[in-house]
Parts: sequence; structure tokens; C-alpha cells
Amino acid sequence: MTAAVDIKGVTKRFDDVYAVDDIDLSIADGEFFAMLGPSGCGKTTTLRMIAGLEFPTMGSLKIFGEEVGTLPPNKRPVNTVFQNYALFPHMSVLDNVSFGLRMNKVDKTTAAKKAHELIELVQLSGMEKRRPSQLSGGQQQRVALARALVNEPKVLLLDEPLGALDLKLRQEMQGELKSLQRELGVSFVFVTHDQEEALTMADRIAVMHNGKLLQVGTPEDIYERPANRFVADFIGQTNLLDAVVEDDDMIILENGTRLMAPNPLPPGTKVAMSLRPEAVDIGPRGTVPAEHQKTSLEGVVESMTYLGHALDYTVKIGWIDLEVRADAVHAEQRFQPGDEVAVWWDRTSDWVVAD
Amino acid sequence: MTATLEPEASIDADVATPEFEAAREQQKRRQGLFMALPAYLYLFVFFVIPLVIVIVYSFATRTRFGTELSGWNIDSYRRLGDPLVRDILLRSTTLAVITTLICLLLAYPFAYYMSTRSEKTRNLMLVFVMIPFWTNFLVRNYAWRVILGSDGPYSRLSEAIGFGEGRLLFTNVAVILGLVYGFLPFMILPLYAAIERIDGRLLEASRDLYASGFQSFRHVLLPLSMPGVVAGSILVFVPSLGAYVTPAILGGAKTTLLGSYIVTQFLSARDWPFGAALSFVLMAVMLTSTIVYFRKGGRTL
Ligand SMILES: Nc1ncnc2c1ncn2[C@@H]1O[C@H](COP(=O)(O)OP(=O)(O)O)[C@@H](O)[C@H]1O
Ligand SMILES: [Mg+2]
Repeated sequence: MTAAVDIKGVTKRFDDVYAVDDIDLSIADGEFFAMLGPSGCGKTTTLRMIAGLEFPTMGSLKIFGEEVGTLPPNKRPVNTVFQNYALFPHMSVLDNVSFGLRMNKVDKTTAAKKAHELIELVQLSGMEKRRPSQLSGGQQQRVALARALVNEPKVLLLDEPLGALDLKLRQEMQGELKSLQRELGVSFVFVTHDQEEALTMADRIAVMHNGKLLQVGTPEDIYERPANRFVADFIGQTNLLDAVVEDDDMIILENGTRLMAPNPLPPGTKVAMSLRPEAVDIGPRGTVPAEHQKTSLEGVVESMTYLGHALDYTVKIGWIDLEVRADAVHAEQRFQPGDEVAVWWDRTSDWVVAD
Repeated sequence: MTATLEPEASIDADVATPEFEAAREQQKRRQGLFMALPAYLYLFVFFVIPLVIVIVYSFATRTRFGTELSGWNIDSYRRLGDPLVRDILLRSTTLAVITTLICLLLAYPFAYYMSTRSEKTRNLMLVFVMIPFWTNFLVRNYAWRVILGSDGPYSRLSEAIGFGEGRLLFTNVAVILGLVYGFLPFMILPLYAAIERIDGRLLEASRDLYASGFQSFRHVLLPLSMPGVVAGSILVFVPSLGAYVTPAILGGAKTTLLGSYIVTQFLSARDWPFGAALSFVLMAVMLTSTIVYFRKGGRTL
């Protein structure tokens, strides 16, 4: 099957800034694809190149097999939901939504009919005559969505579409967007800097940093098997322990402690071990289960934060602080600052990344 | 400055009452009045009073010895319908409309181009737009006379190309040329101000929604820059309509225009009532245009 979007060796340079640096990316038809990364990493630029609002400095960009590198935006079968929506302030909701159809010379009655359908789909019936300035942020967001979808694009591009909404509305819209995407079966390319949003919504995620593509994979891949230190650190909360590889089974921490951590890297490689706080168990010294002897450390509780459903401990392990999250309901024992404890984890829940 | 003039201190404000609120509202309305007083005074003395004088004179009677402020009548306004006067009004209006349109056509692309440049280039371009103002208006008009004159660069060029000795000076074309040259900045500046504030992403959004470059202009850029178009057009049309200096220097003797016609009424024909009536018509056009401008959402300047 041809990919909806196929990017090969694409670079975009602004003067001496490499906004996007030699990325390869393939987005499948009907996929909910998220582009994730901190601000300024090149997500918007990538999206704009797909939309045709920016042309690559180098590389090949195909949409459903057709090379579109320098095709203007109005000749591409994609539409964009812009960051902050960019609704036309001098037009009514209806005119905004029917804009694309009218520009495409679809006859007036058909355009109005389709626009009404989309307005209904995004639950804005009755607001057709309003101006964008008379709508709330959430409603504007829906207009932007309807305005793009009315054209039946083969790929919908969304640039931080929920970024301007408050938390509750954002969570609501996340669900709606996801079900809308399933219903329509259109590829969504969704740009966000919010890792939780990407994890909950996307089929696959691309993590970007400084214009480079660091990892592409399912949310599980990205979260449980990060490709490198940056991804591990950026996605969710994690403890990163610096170490050196001893052999394919063991690593040595900075203070000489040997830990079991299966890895494919050659001995002597500098690595970091990523350990999610929720994957770590905590107990009194000397209670480490036998099977966890080689995946455990000893320390002193430095602080405890009560979260209701969980307890967050900071445990001082000599030279480093380790974040540990314990289940508040099932915890057999609660610890106070100063308590001497041991922490251990499953052999499969740590993950070694090259530095 | 505004915050320090709050009225709290002068009113017993323990309990909020309608009186308290009304007093506060009134204080707010008067805020800063004192500081605006000189400007109001100036406007009154140099604008309102002369305007009233003009209106009064336009209803007066002309006698052999001058103007008599009695026997009020509207004869002066009746004369606006005379074929001769009508021709002058029509000719002046046509010239002003053409000047405005040419300015619009020249200024719009330029203003758009300017608004898409980097901040540094933009400021530099603004300076260039305003450079002509560094020279006296009269001098600039005489410069055109030299350029278009019988032995000037224009006729030499047209001879060299083989069009023969072109004659532009003392024609309406020369007047339009001079007016466009003189008033073009008044079109560029409001257009630039209007276009510059338009969110560029709206144009991108329209391109993304299948608009061609022209459709994008037609449906997004132009409607959103309308306040600038209206403001610029008024700023060019009104002074073009009453222009005196440029037609006097570059225009022909046969084609009288409104500005010089008014001057004639006051200075040589000694027909002050008629001159006042003509002036008042011109002013009415200005006032109407200004009102139209503010109605059309003119917050550009
Ligand atoms: N038009 C432009 N001119 C110059 N630099 C740009 C331009 N657009 C983006 N950049 C630069 O490219 C980098 C990536 O920007 P962008 O794609 O907007 O990042 P993101 O959307 O991930 O926050 C940034 O360093 C930004 O400053
Ligand atoms: Mg961005």
C-alpha cells in the first residue's frame, strides 16, 4: 500500500538554522500520527512542508505516491488545522467552513449543504451566522476542524490544535478528535509538544529534537523502549542512571555497583539506564526478593509526597536521587524521610540507552 | 496618567450607590479634559470660526463695492448648476478620481511588498516613502515643470526614442502626474498600516484551502485591508479635488480646476459669496468622506 505521506532525506534550512535535518518518515493511510518534541524542534516546519507552505531545501516528499516537493498548497490533497486556528475574521462560520469548496468552484448550493453537514458534525449547528470573534476557543477550534475536513482531504494536518484550550476541554477534544479520525479513516498528522497527548491519541509517534528525528514507533515502543537518552527523558518521568556496559548482561554504575541489565551494546560503552518511577518497588532493607538481588539498590528516604492514589518517594542512593512511585492502596508499609530502604525492579522494566 | 485622576478621594465611598457610580462616570468622562483644552481652543479658533464665516458669506449678496452681509439668499448655490461651473466640478472630480485610482494601483502592491519585508527593510522603505516631504511641495512641483518642460529630460527622451517632441506640460496628464507624485505617500502609509496588521497565517490558510494567489487576494487580503483602502483613497481624493498648486504650475490655462476657480472668485472676480459656496461644497465632500471613513471601521490611522 502506498504511504499517505512519504518523506525521504528532507532538510529545511532557514539561513544557517537547520529547522529540519535530513528526516525519513512514512505515514500510513488512515493512521493517527503524532509528531512530538519540545518547542523549536522542527515539528511545525515539517508539517508546513507537507502542506506546501514551506518547500524543502533538499529531499523528496510524496503524498500518496505523488512527488509534491514544490507544488503550491492549493494543489495538494491535504488541509491544515492551524495553530490558533487562523479563522477568517471577516467571514461568518458558514463562510469560513465553505471557503475551501467555494475556492474549488463547487457550486454554491452543494457547498452550503456540505458546510452545514460539517458544522453539524462538529456540533456547531445554529452558529452559522456568527463571526469567529463571537465564539469561544473550543468553538473556534471546531470551526477550524470543520473548515479543513469539509474538503475531504486525504491527509489532515493539525498543528497543536488543542494547545490553546484549557485542560478539561482539551481532554474532551482529545477523545472527540480520536473518534472522528477513526470514523473518517483519514490520516491525521498531529503536532504536539505534550507527550501525554501524543501517547493517548496516536497510533504512532515521531519524536523530534533539534530538527532531527530521534525515534518513530508506537506509544509502547516510545515509552518502554526509548531509543536514546533524550527520548527516555522527554517521554514521561524517568530516572536516568549513568553507567558503563560490562557485558551483554551487566552494567556498572558510577559508584561501582553492578546491576543486571540485558543489552546489546559492546563492553565499555557509556550508557544510561532508564528506570520509570512506577516500575520500582520499595521496602525495608533486607527484604529484597531473591530474584531481584541483582536489580536492586539501597538508600535512604529523603522525602515523601502524598498524591492520594500514589506515594512519591525520593530515595537517596549515595550519589544520586531516585524517584520512586508506590501504589498508595497496596503499599504494605509507608516510609518517612530518614528511613533506610531498599529499592528493586523487574529485569524487564529497565531499559539501557546509549549516551 | 489616567489612573492618578481617579475620583475616590472626593467622594464618600464607604457604600456603593447609584449616585456614587454616576459621579464616577462623570468624572471619567471629564478625565483629561483640562489637558485637551488647548487643542479644543485651537480647533475652535482656526477651524470652527472660519467655517462659520464661510457658510455665512456663502449666503450673502455681492455688490459693486464688495460683499454685503444682508439680503440673504441662495443664489451662490444655484450657480453651481451653471454649465461652466458644472464642467469645472466634473473635470476636477474626474481628475481626482483618476489620481486616486492610479495611486491605489501603484500603492497597493508596494504596501504589500513592504509589509512582507524584514523589519529593517520595512523601516528603510518607510523613510524612502517620506523623503519627498523633506522638500517643499512647491519646489517639487517646479521640478516636474523642469522635467516635463520643452527642453527637459522628458522631451529629449521622447525625441531620442523617436516619438517626436512629446508635450506633456500644461496638460491634464501633467496635472495627474504631479498629483499622483504628490499624494502617493498618503495612499501608501494607510495601506501599509492596514496590510501590515493582517495576520499572514490567514493568507496561508486560504492557500491551504485551495485559493489561488488571486483568490487569496480577492477574498482575504483585500477585504481585510479595506480600512486602509478607504483611508488612503480619502486622503488622496480630497486634496486632489481641491488642489491648487499643482494645476497652477503644471496645468494648462484652458482647463480651469476647482481649486484655482475658487481662488479666482476670491481674488480677481471679487465674488466672495460664490467662492464661499464653492469652498463649502468642497468641505462638505471632505466631511462626508471622513464620516464614511469612520463608519467603514477606519481605525487605521
Ligand atoms: N520562517 C522561518 N525563518 C527562520 N527560522 C525559522 C522559520 N521557521 C522556523 N524557524 C526556525 O526553525 C526551527 C524550528 O521551528 P518550528 O518548526 O516552528 O518548531 P516547532 O514547531 O517544533 O516548535 C526553530 O529554530 C525556528 O526558529
Ligand atoms: Mg510549532
